[in-house]
Amino acid sequence: MAAGVAAWLPFARAAAIGWMPVANCPMPLAPADKNKRQDELIVLNVSGRRFQTWRTTLERYPDTLLGSTEKEFFFNEDTKEYFFDRDPEVFRCVLNFYRTGKLHYPRYECISAYDDELAFYGILPEIIGDCCYEEYKDRKRENAERLMDDNDSENNQESMPSLSFRQTMWRAFENPHTSTLALVFYYVTGFFIAVSVITNVVETVPCGTVPGSKELPCGERYSVAFFCLDTACVMIFTVEYLLRLFAAPSRYRFIRSVMSIIDVVAIMPYYIGLVMTDNEDVSGAFVTLRVFRVFRIFKFSRHSQGLRILGYTLKSCASELGFLLFSLTMAIIIFATVMFYAEKGSSASKFTSIPASFWYTIVTMTTLGYGDMVPKTIAGKIFGSICSLSGVLVIALPVPVIVSNFSRIYHQNQRADKRRAQKKARLARIRVAKTGSSNAYLHSKRNGLLNEALELTGTPEEEHTGKATSLIESQHHHLLHCLEKTTNHEFIDEQMFEQNCMESSMQNYPSTRSPSLSSQSGLTTTCCSRRSKKTTHLPNSNLPATRLRSMQELSTIHIQGSEQPSLTTSRSSLNLKADDGLRPNCKTSQITTAIISIPTPPALTPEGESRPPPASPGPNTNIPSIASNVVKVSAL
Amino acid sequence: MCCPAHKIEDELEMTMVCHRPEGLEQLEAQTNFTKRELQVLYRGFKNECPSGVVNEETFKQIYAQFFPHGDASMYAHYLFNAFDTTQTGSVKFEDFVTALSILLRGTVHEKLRWTFNLYDINKDGYINKEEMMDIVKAIYDMMGKYTYPVLKEDTPRQHVDVFFQKMDKNKDGIVTLDEFLESCQEDDNIMRSLQLFQNVM
Repeated sequence: MAAGVAAWLPFARAAAIGWMPVANCPMPLAPADKNKRQDELIVLNVSGRRFQTWRTTLERYPDTLLGSTEKEFFFNEDTKEYFFDRDPEVFRCVLNFYRTGKLHYPRYECISAYDDELAFYGILPEIIGDCCYEEYKDRKRENAERLMDDNDSENNQESMPSLSFRQTMWRAFENPHTSTLALVFYYVTGFFIAVSVITNVVETVPCGTVPGSKELPCGERYSVAFFCLDTACVMIFTVEYLLRLFAAPSRYRFIRSVMSIIDVVAIMPYYIGLVMTDNEDVSGAFVTLRVFRVFRIFKFSRHSQGLRILGYTLKSCASELGFLLFSLTMAIIIFATVMFYAEKGSSASKFTSIPASFWYTIVTMTTLGYGDMVPKTIAGKIFGSICSLSGVLVIALPVPVIVSNFSRIYHQNQRADKRRAQKKARLARIRVAKTGSSNAYLHSKRNGLLNEALELTGTPEEEHTGKATSLIESQHHHLLHCLEKTTNHEFIDEQMFEQNCMESSMQNYPSTRSPSLSSQSGLTTTCCSRRSKKTTHLPNSNLPATRLRSMQELSTIHIQGSEQPSLTTSRSSLNLKADDGLRPNCKTSQITTAIISIPTPPALTPEGESRPPPASPGPNTNIPSIASNVVKVSAL
Repeated sequence: MCCPAHKIEDELEMTMVCHRPEGLEQLEAQTNFTKRELQVLYRGFKNECPSGVVNEETFKQIYAQFFPHGDASMYAHYLFNAFDTTQTGSVKFEDFVTALSILLRGTVHEKLRWTFNLYDINKDGYINKEEMMDIVKAIYDMMGKYTYPVLKEDTPRQHVDVFFQKMDKNKDGIVTLDEFLESCQEDDNIMRSLQLFQNVM
């Protein structure tokens, strides 16, 4: 429940009046406001800057420094104010958190200083509001990276024995600056890629004539030399690929990655060529395969960050490029068709078919104008000029748009990915907050919210079980409790619900799980009257033992005397008959009740009725004193 | 003191309507709250509704925060209609505080009459079974799915039948205000629970 609506709790509780006539069972008592005092202003002096707020504002979050009694340590008796020797700027945000329920992160603030302040005031950074959360997380990540870099540079000298050989190798491959060996490897591979590309290029240069034959490209003249070079490069590349494959943390993912595909494509032609040199027919295809050797140039992208970014941007800009291509294609087809039909009449026209006209259209639209195909008819010339004019428009306009799209999309993608990653986390946080609120109620039921019981027995004990629940929380829980009573159903959490469902379906349990509810005499005479007014004084809490409740018709009440003043009681869905008589002095014993089902009506309803409702009854005097041993009472 | 009343047809206008309540003295005279209590109430009210009026959406949202398990929107809807006595679609601070004054500090008679008004959805002066079914269904909706024992389909109807058995004296299928008052006053449970929230403020 957000703190902001805590102020509306009185309204929600007042609105509960609508349930009262409908309810058949009596309502539990409201938690008394023992600390009822007039709301007062508190002065908080933070390094000289005075802040003032209502005491109840601070008490909204009882598990922080300002909301708990911890602030008393900072109380200055002389000036009657709370003095904190901390940063007043950050304190502004902290105090606004109490006021509005939202914690903001100011951008000008240093992340570690902010974190320190939050830790001091006992506030978890996770509750930073959505508006500032991304910024906070980004800064935090940057800071963490900076710290990691610092650590890394410290640890660079020492070897990391914890890393296995495989992991070291992978690190060396990914980041060549980690060690000298990695750097050497990096440069060697780079060199060989360059060598390979250059040999591919030089192979085709005509190298002067061998006497007696026509001019030969260098590749065929010095074929052995080139073959050796090629072999050497492929050896290196193969070794590199195998090493990377060995070192990869996830081999499957590595194989699927783009770089590995490029590697494979780069070296495959060589091996295929080795295999296929004997077969004459296929050697034609083999020659084509050599084309793929040019892909070795892409291996440079491992060496160049810029290439990688470009590739990524192209990928993300694919839709824009696709659109450009599509519109171009449309225009080309239109103009090619028109030119073909316009030039059909002219003799010896080069425009032999529409696809043949494509070439003319493309050359004209891109304003290249080779001149190998020119229209001869007047109509053809007219349409040709229209084509070249529109070509300027069609080509020139989208290009700047696409270029600007590059940067926009590139940055946008980065931000979108970040936001998407954080969206899941954000939704998860919202869900957690929601279930946290509902779980808080179930949790307190289980632990036994004993404010009422303890107050009723007049215990001056301040310490209850577990963590302190604020008054607001106890009032909220009381409200939920009233709703349970109105509808005669309890809140349970999801797992128990499923368990119950399974059990009921398995055992084919008759609907008399709560026999009182299904009895013919109507609801009024069953659960509630039986449940007796006594249960108004017993806080309802579900024990894990309620798991047993479904099947067994046993009521077992364990009563342990213990020093602890804490009480955990569990409510039964039916009557707690014997419980009544045995409810001991709460301060000295610990009751855990299990299931109950009592077929016989209890004999104590009159006792319950005679109790005045809001008054806090004292401890039952006819309660037998409880020894400090376990007394097991079984009622059937 | 109040801003000129704008016709609240336009959603957009609604958010810009700023309403200021009457003075503290007047409110104190009209309700059973002290000045300090009114101050506390107003601060909370203004926090959630800076414009000075609360519309049904905000109302539902606020109310839903108290019942995270189930769906509180239907009950909040009926509550809103009960608060919005002038049926304008928005609740001003005066209406809010008047209703709270009845609920928390009013006499038993006033409280019961207010509750009757809440149940009487169409405000015709009678509660029939359908209206009661709606109300009870809305209450059960607030419980959510994970309950023990498991909520069955006809649990609300059974509940309503029991209610009518108790309330409908002359068994004519509707409950009038007098029957309601009479039956409630006969039932100790109800009387006791009406006093439950005496010291809520």
